[in-house]
Amino acid sequence: MRYLPLTAGDRAEMLAAIGVDSIDALFDDVPERARLAGPVDLPRAMGEIEVERLVSRKAARNVVAGSVPFFIGGGVYRHHIPAAVDHLIQRGEFLTSYTPYQPEISQGTLQYLFEFQTQVALLTGMEVANASLYDGATACAEAVMMANRVTGRRKAVLSGRLHPHYREVCETYARFVGFEVSTKDPAGGEGPASHVDRDTSCVVVQNPDFFGEVRDYTELARVCHDTGVLLVVVVTEILSLGAVCPPGEMGADIVAAEGQSLGNALNFGGPHVGLFATRDRLVRQMPGRLVGQTVDTAGRRGWVLTLSTREQHIRRERATSNICTNAGLCALAFTIHLALLGEAGLTRLAQLNHATAVSLAQRLEQVPGICLVNHAFFNEFAVRLPRPAAEIVELLAGKGVLAGVPVSRFYPDNDAVADLLLVAATEMTTTEDMDRLEAGLREVLS
Amino acid sequence: MNDWSRALSDHEPGTSASFETVTGNRGLQIEEALIFEQDSPGHCGLDLPEPVPFRDRLGGLERQGIIGLPGLSEPQVVRHFTRLSQKNYAIDSGLYPLGSCTMKHNPRLNEKLARLPGLADIHPLQPVSTVPGALQLIDTLAHWLKTLTGMPAIALSPAAGAHGELCGIMCIRAALEARGDRRIRVLVPESAHGTNPATAAACGYTVDPTPADATGRVDRTALEAKLGIDVAALMLTNPNTCGLFEREIIEIAEAVHRAGAFFYCDGANFNAIVGRVRPADLGIDCMHLNLHKTFSTPHGGGGPGSGPVALTASLAPFAPLPWIVLGPNGLELVEHKTAPAENSLGRLKGFHGQMGMFVRALAYMMSHGSDGLRQVAEDAVLNANYLRARLADDLSLSFSGPCMHEVLFDDRFLKDTGVTTLDFAKALIDEGYHPMTMYFPLIVHGALLIEPTETESKASLDRFIAVVKALAAAARLGDTARFRAAPVHTPRRRLDETTAARKPVLRWRPEPVQRQAAE
Amino acid sequence: MSLLRFTRDHEWVRLDGDLAVVGITDYAQSQLGDVVYVELPEIGRQVEKGKEAAVVESVKAASEVYAPLTGEVAEVNDALVADPAKVNADPMGEGWFLKLRLADPKELDGLLDEAAYQSFVEEQH
Repeated sequence: MRYLPLTAGDRAEMLAAIGVDSIDALFDDVPERARLAGPVDLPRAMGEIEVERLVSRKAARNVVAGSVPFFIGGGVYRHHIPAAVDHLIQRGEFLTSYTPYQPEISQGTLQYLFEFQTQVALLTGMEVANASLYDGATACAEAVMMANRVTGRRKAVLSGRLHPHYREVCETYARFVGFEVSTKDPAGGEGPASHVDRDTSCVVVQNPDFFGEVRDYTELARVCHDTGVLLVVVVTEILSLGAVCPPGEMGADIVAAEGQSLGNALNFGGPHVGLFATRDRLVRQMPGRLVGQTVDTAGRRGWVLTLSTREQHIRRERATSNICTNAGLCALAFTIHLALLGEAGLTRLAQLNHATAVSLAQRLEQVPGICLVNHAFFNEFAVRLPRPAAEIVELLAGKGVLAGVPVSRFYPDNDAVADLLLVAATEMTTTEDMDRLEAGLREVLS
Repeated sequence: MNDWSRALSDHEPGTSASFETVTGNRGLQIEEALIFEQDSPGHCGLDLPEPVPFRDRLGGLERQGIIGLPGLSEPQVVRHFTRLSQKNYAIDSGLYPLGSCTMKHNPRLNEKLARLPGLADIHPLQPVSTVPGALQLIDTLAHWLKTLTGMPAIALSPAAGAHGELCGIMCIRAALEARGDRRIRVLVPESAHGTNPATAAACGYTVDPTPADATGRVDRTALEAKLGIDVAALMLTNPNTCGLFEREIIEIAEAVHRAGAFFYCDGANFNAIVGRVRPADLGIDCMHLNLHKTFSTPHGGGGPGSGPVALTASLAPFAPLPWIVLGPNGLELVEHKTAPAENSLGRLKGFHGQMGMFVRALAYMMSHGSDGLRQVAEDAVLNANYLRARLADDLSLSFSGPCMHEVLFDDRFLKDTGVTTLDFAKALIDEGYHPMTMYFPLIVHGALLIEPTETESKASLDRFIAVVKALAAAARLGDTARFRAAPVHTPRRRLDETTAARKPVLRWRPEPVQRQAAE
Repeated sequence: MSLLRFTRDHEWVRLDGDLAVVGITDYAQSQLGDVVYVELPEIGRQVEKGKEAAVVESVKAASEVYAPLTGEVAEVNDALVADPAKVNADPMGEGWFLKLRLADPKELDGLLDEAAYQSFVEEQH
């Protein structure tokens, strides 16, 4: 078996050195009735050719996003990933290394995480960021729990325009960890500021919001701070920060974001990369890993994991969170992509996205029956259709166009949003793609 | 004397170099600045088209001012990250004997298959009718994991082991609440990994530590004395963190169930028993698996992981969303709390789970097959016991008798040498090895937990044994200076973690002069 | 002469007028290693004998500092926030953590005197 280096001769020698007759002797502690006599009922070992054939067959049954006109966003966005990213993250020293607990032989990982932390702080306009969390939704739940710790309060107010998955994750954590979240009118537009009081730990909003609307939360930040409430801003399309005013400049106390748009493929929803940033004064309450700069005994600059006493392996039941891993390689992909883009590239890429979306929105507004909902947007917007969006999307899928996300996918019981469609356009969207979407919609709606 | 012998005699043993280079580089080991220190303003490593002029619709919320990101060309970026990678130890470089981490070889086939466009370039919100192959792959993975664990259900969305633990404890709490049973205590062995008590506490439980007996296993009498109607669950790792199989696990499970509690198993050490024992047969109700341990998905410098949770029938109704179920028209994705998921505890993560890791884990399992996976456990246990037998006289074994896939030593062999476990580990680094897990589990002093995994050859193990024997001998001979100074042959020597924690510097900041110039 | 007492959790208490000064012992600081951070209670907080009053963190460990006596926090040593190293350098002096206004001075009788504490520490080895 190609991954198992021991030979029969090795095994015999080793058993002799140990002083037992067979490998079964080393499994003596297993209760007899739990010992499996032979392999379980699953296929036997296969060579690479066969495994590749079987898995490829499953892959081939799926419609590849890049093979059709594609307009799906809804919290995960299809962007170009530069060729260099994938090559670099597959270097064995990155791919197959462990958490950098031995800093002397992990400076590669520690240095890129320090760069990542800096990039995230700069992008979000905040002071400090961690070395990543699992994804945006869990980062959002962690932000709420951090706000609870900081304020000593237990009630979080979630905007109705927060991504539904993020809200649902917060609700799950709230139920079991023991705090409250409230959302008035989950898909509606009522501002959360009116629900803030002295029992509130934080308000959670999203920018651009779930419907793609770009908003100014400066006034909300002021209202929150007047009442000792923290403002958490969620960003699901991190690329928007190349064009839109960042949460840090609006007065956010914590930013919880999804970094997938940079360096990471769609991957059917995972693995992605959660971003988490806050103010310096709150850093000791921040969950997740942190890399800090220091020097070695020879006086040279280097990096180490730091402030670990917040974490589970030391505080155990008193930890800020039970989190153990970060998103590692996904964070590296993000760092490399952003290093390639730089200031000029990120700005231009964001402009390209916005320009494409603006052009698409203009075209769709001309289609009879379609109404653009947004006042402002970045690369995703909502349109109201004359019929339920879900059936339109299925019809267009049948014509080879992936037209966007019907909001009813997230709110199946809410009739008020059944005719809303979220449409995303990125630098990958071509004029031909937009032609086919427009033509498809005209045909289906006529 | 020729040049080579002169060079040899000049070289002082125990120092890394007899002269300083101009660059600070040492041969292939290159010093590399931060990307922020290599900024060529305006540069970009990609060539992007310029958008045609347009009227923006950002509602007056355009970003003002600069972000502060450096500009670099592609050659600079490739060189930068290549140099960084060369400062890392990795499984691809050598043995990584970290106990409880299962640092086995990461097959490259997994990487190739995870990147197939049909699996990587599909969106979680595509109409389900356009991704039947994705649902099928996930269902196949679920089938393999259920068969290996013997459990009827599996929750696939947790993103890592700790996340899986959270899922498991939440399922248990949901099940207890559904039957109107308020229980507030969770029993956790003192040897448990820190995530276990952190998870229980996070879910509102009081953590009650249970002691180990003299053999390193859970003290069954003490544990049973702690069982009562207020105990929600026992969280056990099996094999445990000392590398030992809990012999009385079936009796323990029966006692836990008699008390009306649930039995959670931390599956971090599943590599020792995969294909040879099914957790369901031990009485376990709930067990998380680490796809990045037992099932070879790469550690990636700290992530991403994947922590699916196998569930017994009584816990299955509470599994988090989404579910993949077989409907009249084939596999369906259930994303809301509707039948059959009406009692689901809800979402623990955005979207569907770590698909990229599912592909890798399934490729790994299919490559090994049921026979190969059984061999994996046997070779893992064989390798660890070989180390145990060959090093028993040089180090101090914490517990007598065979171990499973990892072997635990403590620092008694270093007594009166002036060398600590930490020093010993740092000296191992100079010899070209990543150290074993140190100071864990907490129930022995100065623990050294070694897990070779099944992907180490006998020759590799023999070399490691020779080095460890030599270092142990050197410690006993009083060669403390070498240990205290170690490591000296690495890109960095020991780093000042105290100052890093007292005065945290967690990001790069431009010098004030540069900031002014940019304005 | 001010009264000095110790607990089995390696805290010391010294009566200073009507306030009780609390810190951790030399043994405790040597076990912890370099102290990197100290979390002190708010002034006015009521603490109970044997319950957590403060937290002391080193690079590798975090420890609760338990209140040796019941009382109200009257003062805390803010200097430790800027310079936690004082706990290592002078644990019985400048490394003090907090001062309590005692609820029940008789509780002092239940604590170890210096000799008893020294033998307790020797038993740990």
